[in-house]
Amino acid sequence: MSLDTTTLLAILAMAVVTYITRIAGLFVADRLVLTGRAKAAFDAIPPAVLVSVIAPTALTTGWPEAIAAAITAVAAFRLPLLGTVAVGVACVVVLRNLI
Amino acid sequence: MDQANPLPTYRREMRAGLRDIAPIVVAAIPIGLLFGAVAAAKGMSTLEVMLMSALVFAGGAQFAAIETWIHPAPIATLAFATLLINARHVLMGASLTPKIRMSRVQTFLGFFFLTDEAWALSERRAMERPVTGAYWFVMAVVLWANWTLSSTLGAVLGLFLGDPERIGADFAFTALFIGLVAGFGRSRVTLVTVAVSAGVAALVHLFIGAPWHVASGALAGIAAAYLAAPKEARS
Repeated sequence: MSLDTTTLLAILAMAVVTYITRIAGLFVADRLVLTGRAKAAFDAIPPAVLVSVIAPTALTTGWPEAIAAAITAVAAFRLPLLGTVAVGVACVVVLRNLI
Repeated sequence: MDQANPLPTYRREMRAGLRDIAPIVVAAIPIGLLFGAVAAAKGMSTLEVMLMSALVFAGGAQFAAIETWIHPAPIATLAFATLLINARHVLMGASLTPKIRMSRVQTFLGFFFLTDEAWALSERRAMERPVTGAYWFVMAVVLWANWTLSSTLGAVLGLFLGDPERIGADFAFTALFIGLVAGFGRSRVTLVTVAVSAGVAALVHLFIGAPWHVASGALAGIAAAYLAAPKEARS
Protein backbone atom coordinates (compact mmCIF):
# COMPACT_ATOMS: atom_id res chain seq x y z
CA MET A 1 0.00 0.00 0.00
CA SER A 2 1.46 3.33 -1.02
CA LEU A 3 0.75 6.77 0.35
CA ASP A 4 1.67 9.72 -1.87
CA THR A 5 2.61 12.87 0.09
CA THR A 6 0.67 15.23 -2.18
CA THR A 7 -2.35 12.93 -2.11
CA LEU A 8 -2.18 12.79 1.70
CA LEU A 9 -2.02 16.61 1.87
CA ALA A 10 -5.01 16.87 -0.49
CA ILE A 11 -6.98 14.43 1.66
CA LEU A 12 -6.09 16.37 4.82
CA ALA A 13 -7.07 19.68 3.18
CA MET A 14 -10.43 18.21 2.14
CA ALA A 15 -10.91 16.81 5.66
CA VAL A 16 -10.15 20.12 7.41
CA VAL A 17 -12.39 22.14 5.05
CA THR A 18 -15.19 19.62 5.52
CA TYR A 19 -14.91 19.66 9.32
CA ILE A 20 -15.04 23.47 9.33
CA THR A 21 -18.28 23.42 7.29
CA ARG A 22 -19.68 20.85 9.72
CA ILE A 23 -19.11 22.90 12.87
CA ALA A 24 -19.62 26.40 11.40
CA GLY A 25 -23.38 26.02 11.76
CA LEU A 26 -22.99 25.87 15.55
CA PHE A 27 -21.80 29.47 15.61
CA VAL A 28 -24.43 30.78 13.21
CA ALA A 29 -27.36 29.07 14.93
CA ASP A 30 -26.84 31.06 18.17
CA ARG A 31 -27.74 34.28 16.36
CA LEU A 32 -30.71 32.99 14.40
CA VAL A 33 -34.22 33.67 15.69
CA LEU A 34 -36.58 33.01 12.83
CA THR A 35 -40.24 33.74 12.24
CA GLY A 36 -42.61 33.90 9.27
CA ARG A 37 -41.06 33.81 5.83
CA ALA A 38 -37.54 33.55 7.18
CA LYS A 39 -38.56 30.40 9.06
CA ALA A 40 -40.17 28.98 5.91
CA ALA A 41 -36.92 29.65 4.04
CA PHE A 42 -34.88 27.96 6.75
CA ASP A 43 -37.22 24.96 6.88
CA ALA A 44 -36.77 24.63 3.12
CA ILE A 45 -33.00 24.02 3.46
CA PRO A 46 -33.29 20.22 3.79
CA PRO A 47 -35.32 19.46 0.62
CA ALA A 48 -33.60 22.26 -1.35
CA VAL A 49 -30.11 20.86 -0.73
CA LEU A 50 -31.03 17.21 -1.24
CA VAL A 51 -32.84 17.93 -4.51
CA SER A 52 -29.98 20.11 -5.82
CA VAL A 53 -27.43 17.34 -5.25
CA ILE A 54 -29.36 14.79 -7.34
CA ALA A 55 -31.05 17.05 -9.93
CA PRO A 56 -28.37 16.61 -12.64
CA THR A 57 -28.47 12.81 -12.41
CA ALA A 58 -32.27 12.70 -12.20
CA LEU A 59 -33.13 15.26 -14.88
CA THR A 60 -30.37 15.74 -17.42
CA THR A 61 -28.50 12.42 -17.68
CA GLY A 62 -30.97 10.67 -19.96
CA TRP A 63 -34.49 9.27 -20.30
CA PRO A 64 -33.86 6.09 -18.25
CA GLU A 65 -32.68 8.14 -15.26
CA ALA A 66 -35.44 10.76 -15.60
CA ILE A 67 -38.23 8.18 -15.84
CA ALA A 68 -36.73 6.07 -13.05
CA ALA A 69 -36.51 9.20 -10.86
CA ALA A 70 -40.21 9.96 -11.49
CA ILE A 71 -41.24 6.39 -10.62
CA THR A 72 -38.98 6.51 -7.53
CA ALA A 73 -40.67 9.73 -6.41
CA VAL A 74 -44.11 8.08 -6.65
CA ALA A 75 -42.82 5.03 -4.76
CA ALA A 76 -41.22 7.25 -2.11
CA PHE A 77 -44.63 8.29 -0.76
CA ARG A 78 -45.78 4.66 -0.45
CA LEU A 79 -42.73 2.59 0.50
CA PRO A 80 -40.09 2.61 3.26
CA LEU A 81 -36.68 4.04 2.31
CA LEU A 82 -35.03 0.75 1.36
CA GLY A 83 -38.02 -0.21 -0.79
CA THR A 84 -37.77 3.16 -2.52
CA VAL A 85 -34.07 2.59 -3.29
CA ALA A 86 -34.82 -0.93 -4.59
CA VAL A 87 -37.57 0.39 -6.90
CA GLY A 88 -35.27 3.16 -8.19
CA VAL A 89 -32.34 0.85 -8.92
CA ALA A 90 -34.55 -1.82 -10.53
CA CYS A 91 -36.28 0.80 -12.72
CA VAL A 92 -33.04 2.30 -13.96
CA VAL A 93 -31.60 -1.12 -14.86
CA VAL A 94 -34.75 -2.14 -16.77
CA LEU A 95 -35.10 1.23 -18.52
CA ARG A 96 -31.43 1.34 -19.55
CA ASN A 97 -31.93 -2.00 -21.26
CA LEU A 98 -35.16 -0.88 -22.96
CA ILE A 99 -34.25 2.62 -24.08
CA MET B 1 -29.93 21.90 29.56
CA ASP B 2 -27.79 18.89 28.84
CA GLN B 3 -29.09 16.34 31.27
CA ALA B 4 -27.94 12.74 31.25
CA ASN B 5 -30.77 10.49 30.21
CA PRO B 6 -31.84 7.54 32.36
CA LEU B 7 -30.50 4.29 30.96
CA PRO B 8 -33.74 2.89 29.49
CA THR B 9 -34.22 6.08 27.44
CA TYR B 10 -30.56 5.92 26.39
CA ARG B 11 -31.03 2.37 25.16
CA ARG B 12 -34.25 3.25 23.37
CA GLU B 13 -32.53 6.16 21.66
CA MET B 14 -29.68 3.94 20.47
CA ARG B 15 -32.15 1.36 19.17
CA ALA B 16 -34.11 4.08 17.35
CA GLY B 17 -30.87 5.33 15.79
CA LEU B 18 -29.95 1.85 14.57
CA ARG B 19 -33.44 1.27 13.19
CA ASP B 20 -33.48 4.59 11.32
CA ILE B 21 -29.97 4.28 9.87
CA ALA B 22 -30.23 0.59 8.83
CA PRO B 23 -31.85 1.13 5.40
CA ILE B 24 -29.38 3.93 4.68
CA VAL B 25 -26.43 1.73 5.61
CA VAL B 26 -27.66 -0.95 3.19
CA ALA B 27 -28.18 1.64 0.46
CA ALA B 28 -24.74 3.16 1.11
CA ILE B 29 -22.81 -0.11 0.65
CA PRO B 30 -23.01 -0.13 -3.17
CA ILE B 31 -22.14 3.59 -3.17
CA GLY B 32 -19.07 2.94 -1.02
CA LEU B 33 -17.99 0.00 -3.18
CA LEU B 34 -18.51 2.15 -6.27
CA PHE B 35 -16.45 5.01 -4.81
CA GLY B 36 -13.59 2.69 -3.85
CA ALA B 37 -13.57 0.98 -7.24
CA VAL B 38 -13.59 4.26 -9.19
CA ALA B 39 -10.93 5.79 -6.95
CA ALA B 40 -8.70 2.75 -7.41
CA ALA B 41 -9.23 2.92 -11.16
CA LYS B 42 -8.07 6.57 -11.04
CA GLY B 43 -4.81 5.47 -9.42
CA MET B 44 -5.43 5.88 -5.70
CA SER B 45 -4.01 3.20 -3.42
CA THR B 46 -6.25 1.22 -1.06
CA LEU B 47 -4.73 3.07 1.92
CA GLU B 48 -5.43 6.45 0.31
CA VAL B 49 -9.05 5.49 -0.38
CA MET B 50 -9.49 4.35 3.21
CA LEU B 51 -7.92 7.54 4.61
CA MET B 52 -10.08 9.78 2.41
CA SER B 53 -13.31 8.02 3.41
CA ALA B 54 -12.38 7.95 7.11
CA LEU B 55 -11.19 11.58 7.34
CA VAL B 56 -13.35 13.43 4.81
CA PHE B 57 -16.47 11.22 5.13
CA ALA B 58 -18.48 13.23 2.59
CA GLY B 59 -19.66 11.25 -0.43
CA GLY B 60 -20.52 14.17 -2.71
CA ALA B 61 -17.16 15.91 -2.20
CA GLN B 62 -15.28 12.62 -2.54
CA PHE B 63 -17.01 11.72 -5.81
CA ALA B 64 -16.34 15.21 -7.17
CA ALA B 65 -12.67 14.91 -6.17
CA ILE B 66 -12.30 11.51 -7.81
CA GLU B 67 -14.12 12.69 -10.95
CA THR B 68 -11.41 15.32 -11.48
CA TRP B 69 -8.50 13.35 -9.98
CA ILE B 70 -5.05 13.93 -11.49
CA HIS B 71 -1.45 13.32 -10.36
CA PRO B 72 -0.12 15.16 -8.48
CA ALA B 73 -3.32 16.06 -6.64
CA PRO B 74 -4.25 19.77 -7.06
CA ILE B 75 -4.63 20.57 -3.35
CA ALA B 76 -6.13 24.08 -3.57
CA THR B 77 -8.60 23.11 -6.32
CA LEU B 78 -9.77 20.06 -4.40
CA ALA B 79 -10.12 22.06 -1.17
CA PHE B 80 -12.22 24.73 -2.93
CA ALA B 81 -14.51 22.20 -4.63
CA THR B 82 -14.92 20.50 -1.25
CA LEU B 83 -15.84 23.82 0.35
CA LEU B 84 -18.49 24.52 -2.32
CA ILE B 85 -20.06 21.08 -2.13
CA ASN B 86 -19.99 20.95 1.65
CA ALA B 87 -21.08 24.56 2.28
CA ARG B 88 -24.54 23.08 2.80
CA HIS B 89 -23.23 21.60 6.08
CA VAL B 90 -23.21 25.13 7.55
CA LEU B 91 -26.96 25.47 6.96
CA MET B 92 -27.61 21.93 8.10
CA GLY B 93 -25.61 22.37 11.30
CA ALA B 94 -27.31 25.68 12.05
CA SER B 95 -30.72 24.13 11.49
CA LEU B 96 -29.94 21.11 13.67
CA THR B 97 -28.13 22.86 16.55
CA PRO B 98 -31.24 24.03 18.45
CA LYS B 99 -32.81 20.57 18.09
CA ILE B 100 -30.03 18.47 19.61
CA ARG B 101 -29.54 17.61 23.27
CA MET B 102 -25.77 17.25 23.49
CA SER B 103 -22.98 18.99 25.43
CA ARG B 104 -20.64 21.38 23.60
CA VAL B 105 -17.83 18.79 23.54
CA GLN B 106 -20.19 16.04 22.33
CA THR B 107 -21.43 18.38 19.60
CA PHE B 108 -17.93 19.26 18.36
CA LEU B 109 -17.09 15.58 18.21
CA GLY B 110 -20.50 14.51 16.93
CA PHE B 111 -20.65 17.05 14.08
CA PHE B 112 -17.53 15.49 12.55
CA PHE B 113 -20.02 12.80 11.48
CA LEU B 114 -22.58 15.24 10.03
CA THR B 115 -23.90 13.84 6.73
CA ASP B 116 -26.94 14.53 4.56
CA GLU B 117 -28.42 11.24 5.72
CA ALA B 118 -27.84 11.50 9.49
CA TRP B 119 -28.96 15.10 9.36
CA ALA B 120 -32.15 14.41 7.36
CA LEU B 121 -33.13 11.59 9.75
CA SER B 122 -32.43 13.84 12.75
CA GLU B 123 -34.51 16.67 11.29
CA ARG B 124 -37.37 14.25 10.81
CA ARG B 125 -37.00 12.93 14.37
CA ALA B 126 -36.75 16.49 15.74
CA MET B 127 -40.32 17.16 14.58
CA GLU B 128 -41.42 14.88 17.44
CA ARG B 129 -38.61 14.98 20.03
CA PRO B 130 -35.11 16.39 20.64
CA VAL B 131 -32.17 14.56 19.07
CA THR B 132 -30.06 12.94 21.80
CA GLY B 133 -26.36 12.10 21.77
CA ALA B 134 -27.18 8.37 21.93
CA TYR B 135 -29.36 8.61 18.82
CA TRP B 136 -26.88 10.77 16.91
CA PHE B 137 -23.67 8.86 17.73
CA VAL B 138 -25.09 5.41 16.96
CA MET B 139 -26.28 6.60 13.54
CA ALA B 140 -23.15 8.61 12.85
CA VAL B 141 -20.55 6.00 13.80
CA VAL B 142 -22.36 3.11 12.09
CA LEU B 143 -22.66 5.15 8.89
CA TRP B 144 -18.99 6.23 9.13
CA ALA B 145 -17.67 2.70 9.70
CA ASN B 146 -19.87 1.40 6.89
CA TRP B 147 -18.64 4.08 4.46
CA THR B 148 -14.98 3.57 5.35
CA LEU B 149 -15.18 -0.23 5.12
CA SER B 150 -17.28 -0.43 1.95
CA SER B 151 -15.12 2.07 0.05
CA THR B 152 -11.93 0.29 1.17
CA LEU B 153 -13.44 -3.01 0.07
CA GLY B 154 -14.41 -1.37 -3.22
CA ALA B 155 -10.80 -0.31 -3.78
CA VAL B 156 -9.60 -3.87 -3.05
CA LEU B 157 -12.20 -5.50 -5.31
CA GLY B 158 -11.66 -2.81 -7.93
CA LEU B 159 -12.13 -4.24 -11.34
CA PHE B 160 -13.84 -7.42 -10.11
CA LEU B 161 -17.05 -5.44 -9.49
CA GLY B 162 -17.78 -5.11 -13.18
CA ASP B 163 -19.60 -2.18 -14.70
CA PRO B 164 -21.50 -0.42 -11.87
CA GLU B 165 -24.03 1.03 -14.33
CA ARG B 166 -25.08 -2.45 -15.42
CA ILE B 167 -26.39 -3.26 -11.92
CA GLY B 168 -27.80 0.26 -11.37
CA ALA B 169 -25.51 0.89 -8.38
CA ASP B 170 -24.77 4.41 -9.59
CA PHE B 171 -28.48 5.28 -9.22
CA ALA B 172 -28.82 4.13 -5.58
CA PHE B 173 -27.62 7.54 -4.29
CA THR B 174 -30.29 9.35 -6.36
CA ALA B 175 -33.10 6.99 -5.30
CA LEU B 176 -32.03 7.33 -1.67
CA PHE B 177 -32.21 11.13 -1.80
CA ILE B 178 -35.62 11.06 -3.49
CA GLY B 179 -36.85 8.89 -0.61
CA LEU B 180 -35.42 11.31 1.95
CA VAL B 181 -36.99 14.34 0.23
CA ALA B 182 -40.40 12.63 0.24
CA GLY B 183 -40.11 12.50 4.03
CA PHE B 184 -40.49 16.28 4.15
CA GLY B 185 -44.08 16.09 2.93
CA ARG B 186 -46.15 17.60 0.13
CA SER B 187 -47.03 21.07 1.39
CA ARG B 188 -47.27 23.83 -1.22
CA VAL B 189 -44.08 25.53 0.00
CA THR B 190 -42.16 22.22 -0.08
CA LEU B 191 -43.34 21.43 -3.62
CA VAL B 192 -42.33 24.91 -4.85
CA THR B 193 -38.94 24.51 -3.15
CA VAL B 194 -38.31 21.10 -4.74
CA ALA B 195 -39.37 22.26 -8.22
CA VAL B 196 -37.24 25.43 -8.17
CA SER B 197 -34.18 23.70 -6.67
CA ALA B 198 -34.37 20.85 -9.18
CA GLY B 199 -34.77 23.20 -12.15
CA VAL B 200 -32.02 25.62 -11.17
CA ALA B 201 -29.57 22.88 -10.13
CA ALA B 202 -30.12 20.97 -13.39
CA LEU B 203 -29.68 24.11 -15.54
CA VAL B 204 -26.60 25.30 -13.68
CA HIS B 205 -25.05 21.84 -13.92
CA LEU B 206 -25.80 21.77 -17.65
CA PHE B 207 -24.50 25.25 -18.52
CA ILE B 208 -21.93 26.03 -15.82
CA GLY B 209 -21.04 22.65 -14.37
CA ALA B 210 -20.30 20.93 -11.07
CA PRO B 211 -20.02 21.72 -8.24
CA TRP B 212 -21.85 25.07 -8.64
CA HIS B 213 -25.26 23.40 -9.08
CA VAL B 214 -25.47 22.41 -5.40
CA ALA B 215 -25.06 25.89 -3.91
CA SER B 216 -27.14 27.67 -6.58
CA GLY B 217 -29.96 25.10 -6.60
CA ALA B 218 -30.16 25.13 -2.81
CA LEU B 219 -30.17 28.92 -2.57
CA ALA B 220 -32.81 29.24 -5.31
CA GLY B 221 -35.04 26.74 -3.52
CA ILE B 222 -34.63 28.56 -0.22
CA ALA B 223 -35.48 31.89 -1.88
CA ALA B 224 -38.52 30.28 -3.52
CA ALA B 225 -39.73 29.01 -0.14
CA TYR B 226 -39.32 32.51 1.30
CA LEU B 227 -41.46 33.99 -1.50
CA ALA B 228 -44.03 31.16 -1.51
CA ALA B 229 -44.66 31.30 2.25
CA PRO B 230 -47.57 33.48 3.39
CA LYS B 231 -46.36 36.95 4.39
CA GLU B 232 -48.41 37.10 7.59
CA ALA B 233 -47.18 33.75 8.91
CA ARG B 234 -45.80 33.99 12.42
CA SER B 235 -44.33 31.17 14.42
